[in-house]
Amino acid sequence: MRFMMLMIPKGYEKAAPGTVPDAKAVKAMMKYNEALQKAGVLLTLDGLHPPSMGARVSFAGGKPKVTDGPFAEAKEVIGGYWMIEVKSRDEAIEWAKRCPASEHEVIEIRPVQEMSDFPPDVQKAAEGFEAMQKAAREGRQ
Amino acid sequence: MIDAVSVGMMATDTHRAIEAVFRIEQAKLIAGLTRMVRDVGVAEELAQDALVAALEQWPKSGMPEKPGAWLMAAAKHRAIDLFRRNKLAGRKHAELGYELEIEQETPPDLDEALDDHVGDDLLRLIFISCHPILSPAARATLTLRLLGGLTTEEIARAFLVPEPTIQQRIVRAKRALSESRVPFEVPRGEELAARLSSVLSVIYLIFNEGYSATAGDDWMRPQLCEEALRLGRILAELAHEEPEVHGLVALMEIQASRLETRTSPSGEPILLLDQNRARWDQLLIRRGLAALERADTLAPESGRASGPYALQAAIAACHARARTAEETDWARIVGLYGSLGEIAPSPIVELNRAVALAMLFGPEAGLEIIDGLTAEPMLKTYHLLPSVRGDLLKKLGRLGEARAEFERAAGLTRNERERKLLLDRAAICAD
Repeated sequence: MRFMMLMIPKGYEKAAPGTVPDAKAVKAMMKYNEALQKAGVLLTLDGLHPPSMGARVSFAGGKPKVTDGPFAEAKEVIGGYWMIEVKSRDEAIEWAKRCPASEHEVIEIRPVQEMSDFPPDVQKAAEGFEAMQKAAREGRQ
Repeated sequence: MIDAVSVGMMATDTHRAIEAVFRIEQAKLIAGLTRMVRDVGVAEELAQDALVAALEQWPKSGMPEKPGAWLMAAAKHRAIDLFRRNKLAGRKHAELGYELEIEQETPPDLDEALDDHVGDDLLRLIFISCHPILSPAARATLTLRLLGGLTTEEIARAFLVPEPTIQQRIVRAKRALSESRVPFEVPRGEELAARLSSVLSVIYLIFNEGYSATAGDDWMRPQLCEEALRLGRILAELAHEEPEVHGLVALMEIQASRLETRTSPSGEPILLLDQNRARWDQLLIRRGLAALERADTLAPESGRASGPYALQAAIAACHARARTAEETDWARIVGLYGSLGEIAPSPIVELNRAVALAMLFGPEAGLEIIDGLTAEPMLKTYHLLPSVRGDLLKKLGRLGEARAEFERAAGLTRNERERKLLLDRAAICAD
C-alpha cells in the first residue's frame, strides 16, 4: 500500500521567498530519509518552496483566476512529502512517528488511491478504453 | 472518563502499533541476534520472545522512545537467560554467553552500536537465508519469513501450499543451516558471485510467484511482488556496488509498473502490447530506469559486461519507453535477447527473441526459429511455446493450425484465467 506523508510546518504559510531549513535540521532529516530508503519503503520525496514563491489558480464561476502567493487565507501549507510503500496504515504511522520533526510541524498520512478503490463505473470506463485500444490494434494487423 | 470500549480500542490500537514496529524491526533484530548466537533459528525465537515481551509491557508502560533498541535489549536479556540455563545444546555456551555479557555491559549508545552493525548483519542474514545448501523453495520461504516478516500462513497462501508444509520447510531449513554450521558471513572473492546470484534468483522467484501465478485461479499476488521489490531495494542499499543487484531492481520496478494493467476489471489477463500504457506506473518506471542506469554504469567500471538481470531490465525498459506499442524498438530488443542468449543460453530466451524478430520482420521470421524449438525437451510442457506459435500462425492466416496450438497451450497452463484466454483465442480461430 502506498501512502503520502505530507509535512505541514506551521508558519510556512507566511515564510518569505527562499526560506530553507537550516543545516542541522536538514542533516537530521537526511538520516531519517536514509532510514526509509534502507528499509526499502521510500519511493520518492520532495521538499517544496514556500507559498510566497507559488501561485494559486481558483475557479470561482468556472473561470480560472490566478493569485500570487503568499495566500492570506491559508492556515496550513505543505512543506514537502514522502511517498512510501508499506504493508499497512499502522506501518505508515510508525514511520511517521520516527521523523525528527520539530514541535511546530505536523505530518499528515494519506493513503494513495488505487484503481481498485474506484467504484465499478469508473473501472468500467477504463475497461472500455482497453477494449478500444485492442480493437484499434487488431484492425491495423 | 475512559469507558471499557475505549480501553479495548486502545489495547487493539497498541497491539497494531506493536505489530507495525515489529514489521519494521524484525529483520534487523534477527540479523543482530544471529551474529551474537550464531544460530538463525535461535535468533528468530529470541526475536519472537522480545515481541511477546513488548505485547505484555507496552500496553501498560506505553511505547518506548526507541522501540528497536528496546526489542533488542529484551531479546539479549532472554538470550543471556538461555545461555545461563545452558539450554542451547552443542555450542560453546560459556564463550558466547561471555560475549553477550560484555556487549550488554557496554551500551554507550545502543542505537549507534546497532547502526554500525545493522547493514552488515542484514546482508549476512540475506546470504544465509539464500544459502545453496537449501532447496530454492526453502530459500524463498526462509527469506520471506526472516527478512520479509511474513507469517507462515501468509507464505502458505502466497505459494498455494498447506501451512504445515511451510512450517516444516522453515523448521528443516533452520535445522539444516544449524547442523551444517553455515557461517554467518558475507562471502568474499570468487564465492561472492555465485552466492549473490543465488540471492538474486530467490528474490526474483518471489517476485515472479506474485507476478505470474503459475497455478490456481489467482492471476497475481501483488503482495509478493511488493515484498520482493522491498527486498531488492534493501539489497541495493546494502550491496550498492554490485551492478546485477541494480539490474534486478530495475527489472522488477519496470515489470511492477504494469501490475495494474495486466488484468481487466473482470480479471482477464491483458498482454503487454494490448495494455493501457497511460496506466503504467510512471513512478516505478522512473525508478526502474534510474536503477538500470546505475547497473549500466557500474558494470563497465568493474570490468564486467551487463549481466542477465540488467539485460532483461534493458528489454523491459524498451517497452517502458515506447509511448505506444507501435513505437517499440524491436531491433534493439532482438539485439538484447541475442546478448542474453550468449551469456545465459536458454530456449525460453530464444523463444522471446523469435517473438521480437516476428514483430520486426513479420511472423515468418519468428516461426522459423520457433519451429526449431519444438523439439526442445525444456519446452515440452511450456505453454507459451504453442501459445506464441498459435499467434504467429493466426497472423499468417493458418487458422486451423493456430487453433490446435492454442488448445494445446490451454492444456498445458496451470493458470485458470490463462487457460480461459487461450481457449477463447482457439475459438476465434474456429469462427
